[in-house]
Amino acid sequence: MVENNLAVHTEDVMRIYKLRGPKRKEDPREIIALDEVSLDIRRGELFGLLGPNGAGKTTLIKILATLLLPTSGTAYVNGKNVATEMREIRHEISMVSGGETSGYGLLTVEENLWMFARFYGLESKAARLRIDHLLEVVGIADRKRTKISDLSTGLRQKMNFVRGFISDPKIVFLDEPTLGLDVSAAREVRAFIMNWMGDHPESTILLTTHYMAEADELCDRLAIIDKGKLLAVDSPRNLKHRLNQDVVFQLTVEPLGPRPSREEMIESIPGVRQVTVTEVAEGTVLQLILQADEILSDVLAHLTRRGSSLIALEKREATLEDVFIDLVGRGLDVDTSHTAEDRDE
Amino acid sequence: MLLVNRILDISFIRRNHAMRSFITAAWLGWQIESNWADPFLFAVYSIARPIASVMILVVMYSVITDSATEEPIFAYIYLGNALYILVGMIITGVSWAVIDDREHYRTNKQLHTIPMSHFMYLMGRGVARLIIGTISVLITIGFGMLFFKIPITFQLVDWPLLLVSTGLGILALAGLGMIMGSLTMMLARHFWSIGEAVAGALYLFTGAIFPLDVLPSWIRWVGYGIPVTYWLEVARRALLGPDAIGFPTLARFSNLEIIWILGGFSVVLLVLSYFFYRWSLHTAKEKGLIDLESSY
Ligand SMILES: Nc1ncnc2c1ncn2[C@@H]1O[C@H](COP(=O)(O)OP(=O)(O)O)[C@@H](O)[C@H]1O
Ligand SMILES: [Mg+2]
Repeated sequence: MVENNLAVHTEDVMRIYKLRGPKRKEDPREIIALDEVSLDIRRGELFGLLGPNGAGKTTLIKILATLLLPTSGTAYVNGKNVATEMREIRHEISMVSGGETSGYGLLTVEENLWMFARFYGLESKAARLRIDHLLEVVGIADRKRTKISDLSTGLRQKMNFVRGFISDPKIVFLDEPTLGLDVSAAREVRAFIMNWMGDHPESTILLTTHYMAEADELCDRLAIIDKGKLLAVDSPRNLKHRLNQDVVFQLTVEPLGPRPSREEMIESIPGVRQVTVTEVAEGTVLQLILQADEILSDVLAHLTRRGSSLIALEKREATLEDVFIDLVGRGLDVDTSHTAEDRDE
Repeated sequence: MLLVNRILDISFIRRNHAMRSFITAAWLGWQIESNWADPFLFAVYSIARPIASVMILVVMYSVITDSATEEPIFAYIYLGNALYILVGMIITGVSWAVIDDREHYRTNKQLHTIPMSHFMYLMGRGVARLIIGTISVLITIGFGMLFFKIPITFQLVDWPLLLVSTGLGILALAGLGMIMGSLTMMLARHFWSIGEAVAGALYLFTGAIFPLDVLPSWIRWVGYGIPVTYWLEVARRALLGPDAIGFPTLARFSNLEIIWILGGFSVVLLVLSYFFYRWSLHTAKEKGLIDLESSY
């Protein structure tokens, strides 16, 4: 039996994709998209799945939304098995992918939403009320009679977003809901999510994102995922607390010089936990996670020895980005998909 | 939309997965098929095209037989072809819906996460094509009666036989179409034309353009294994009345026997297609093909 206050419960879920098509020697023939993922999400949580491109976020969402079967392991949504109780699950969930601009272009916004409401078995009156209300909330009520093919990408995305909430779902899966949106549209979407959760305290949202700030702002709890593995599951605050004893410095130096040998690297200085290097116009930015303030003088001495001069120095609060770097050993903007092709749409 | 709204508000339909999926999908299918920005194009598609294809046949026939369009065999061929329009429409219908949703509208992610019966949805999507196909068939037959004296007399048509056989024929074809659609679902890219290929191949073995009896006997058995053969035959008999007596195909079966065979085919094919569909869907989910697009 599965504990019934869990919206999502997975046990050692694995998902392996077999690659089709011509085999090239240097390519792996299988991709392990999810590697023994065990995760619990409680009812009423706004839960985030944070990880770089290719981490396996979409794959996990697809499995939970009954689009894809796990290769091994089991997953439950509201206590129901995704492999055997799909229909029961589908009454309670909905799924929207960000950047989802697809749809029956020849239908109007209203017709399209009406159709989905009908598939859900809603009555026409209830459907109309809910459609009108949601369109009002996301600010596209005036586009009700517009054909989908005549909508801009952003508006289509909003319409699909509305579709996800039309059935008053118990669990909503949002795959990168703000992908490709401009800053203000993304803010609106986040506000909508927060409000909706406020109005539906019993409901659960699982969203994926590769934007740190978004995860930090929205989520009650989040899981950090990389290369198919869950690395940490906790509230944003607790995750940042882990680094609290550590200090984060951001240094801008010029020039950093050529990549030194192993023992000459900054990482080799005792007390330095993580270093990431970014090139910017003014020089090179180093993000350092140090075990204590005092270590900084060792780092500076080291840099001076290498002939770099310091342009700027800043001590700051730990962010989720730092947590991620600490866990994974690199920044979030690095693409880690196994193949060169981006298979995510 | 109003009418559909009414129907769907009937409580037992609304609560029934299969029925609401079928009806809503039929509505969607009609929107798609009748979505012709230009009514002229619609006319070309559903009227001129079928007539043109029959005309090619008529010309070929006339050249070979020196314009013997009075012969009963001409009516046999003409009607076989006219009715075959429907066969093609239904057999390829489900595959087209699968491909359209997966690759053109890219709505599979949406459709496979909502509580509907996707099997009934696909059947429903086919209804519009069935209607358009039927219109094409009627127009083509009317055209034949007007210009080529196809000997159909309304008083002599066996309407019950025609309706029952066509109903059963459509069910059997829907089963076949669903099997093609399921194959399409399971096989990624490049297999889109599987329904077309099958419809094309069946054309030769079902007595659409020549009686099966001209084929070597072992090939004839291919035709006997396909429900289309029986439907074409019995529909021609119903339409032509006494004129059909001379046709050799299935001559040793009475109308009633053929109806029974056709009924057997429909039941078997529908049941088979349902299980095949379930298995295909499962395979597609295992392989991650549901929302795969060929184009990347
Ligand atoms: N249908 C597929 N076939 C083969 N590989 C896939 C498929 N879908 C995803 N992948 C691979 O699985 C890994 C995880 O992908 P995905 O779940 O989309 O990651 P994310 O959503 O975190 O970006 C990636 O390496 C991706 O290339
Ligand atoms: Mg993704």
